Amino acid sequence: MMQPMGRSASNRVITITSGKGGVGKTTVTANLSAALARLGRRVACIDADIGLRNLDLILGVENRIVNDIVDVVEGRCQLQQALIRHKAYPELYVLPAAQKRDKTAVSPAQMVRIADDLRAQFDFVLIDSPAGIERGFKNAVAPADEVLIVTNPEVSAVRDADRIIGMIELLEKRPPSRLIINRVKAEMVRRGEMLSADDVTDILSIQLIGVVPEDETVLIAGNRGMPEANSRSGQAFNEIARRLLGENVPYTHSNPSQGFFKRLTRLFSGSGARQGSVFDE
Amino acid sequence: MSSFWERLLGRRNQTGSRNVAKERLQLVLVTDRSDLPPETIQRMKDEIIAVISKYVPIAHDKVEINLEQRQRDNWLVADIPLVRAIQSGSVSLTDSTTADDA
Repeated sequence: MMQPMGRSASNRVITITSGKGGVGKTTVTANLSAALARLGRRVACIDADIGLRNLDLILGVENRIVNDIVDVVEGRCQLQQALIRHKAYPELYVLPAAQKRDKTAVSPAQMVRIADDLRAQFDFVLIDSPAGIERGFKNAVAPADEVLIVTNPEVSAVRDADRIIGMIELLEKRPPSRLIINRVKAEMVRRGEMLSADDVTDILSIQLIGVVPEDETVLIAGNRGMPEANSRSGQAFNEIARRLLGENVPYTHSNPSQGFFKRLTRLFSGSGARQGSVFDE
Repeated sequence: MSSFWERLLGRRNQTGSRNVAKERLQLVLVTDRSDLPPETIQRMKDEIIAVISKYVPIAHDKVEINLEQRQRDNWLVADIPLVRAIQSGSVSLTDSTTADDA
């Protein structure tokens, strides 16, 4: 079933990390993996959060786990025997974390070996990093060809993202990093009460690859264990996937830096009234 | 009415928490990235000013020494205006004895 594709040179290992916990790394990994699979790419995602396994749950494969990453590392099974094929996305496989071990059960070198094996078979290998800057993070970024930094438009998340970017710049391999800003509330940005995508990109000075709006369907999809393609967030993930493939996809939503004419239109169309008073402030 | 123009020019709500957040982040990241606490930066500034003052008179009230972010690099940027040697009262650097009777 998993014959080598014979074009591993172009295959990529992408680590999703953030520093701060709770910003949506796992949902980003799950939804981005699904989006790439929908685009016809073969995807393997690795849960590197040993001890706090969750990618399996978000992707709805939790009941089919037989072996995990530590079983592979410790030689109790072959890599192929630990991979779980997604039922709705036959091109998507999950390598689950061990639940009853800790981060030290896998070394960065072992992680590199697993990622290399998967790189030979899959177009994309996505690694879901644990929060923090310790061993688990080091494991997750060791094999990375590129890194996606997930943050929220929130001071603590942005600060931690900056720290992580600094640490990635110190890695020997120096994989390029791009930014995903998750859970943006466009309406709050418009009111001047939330950092915009541009603000965050300015502050962190790294390239943006996606803006994901706050969207309750992300939670609902997690409840069901089935990524949602057609929601606003689902579309944002589709766009990120296409940008990963090198497409130039314009930013359609949640980008609050509006041009003069857009503001003009909004001001006179009356839609401005919905966001509160236009004239009295 | 002014807020109408502010909105049109996109300068709405400068005092909102969005701007506060941005400013606070920019400041704290200077410290985070350089690993220099604010007191140390202040001490360094004072010493730089003291050293330069030993050689040339400087306009102390216009000195600006700041750590700035340019892309992801830290820069120490200093604007230190020198006091012109010949001003009202003709202060001279060389301690010359020219009498001034203006």
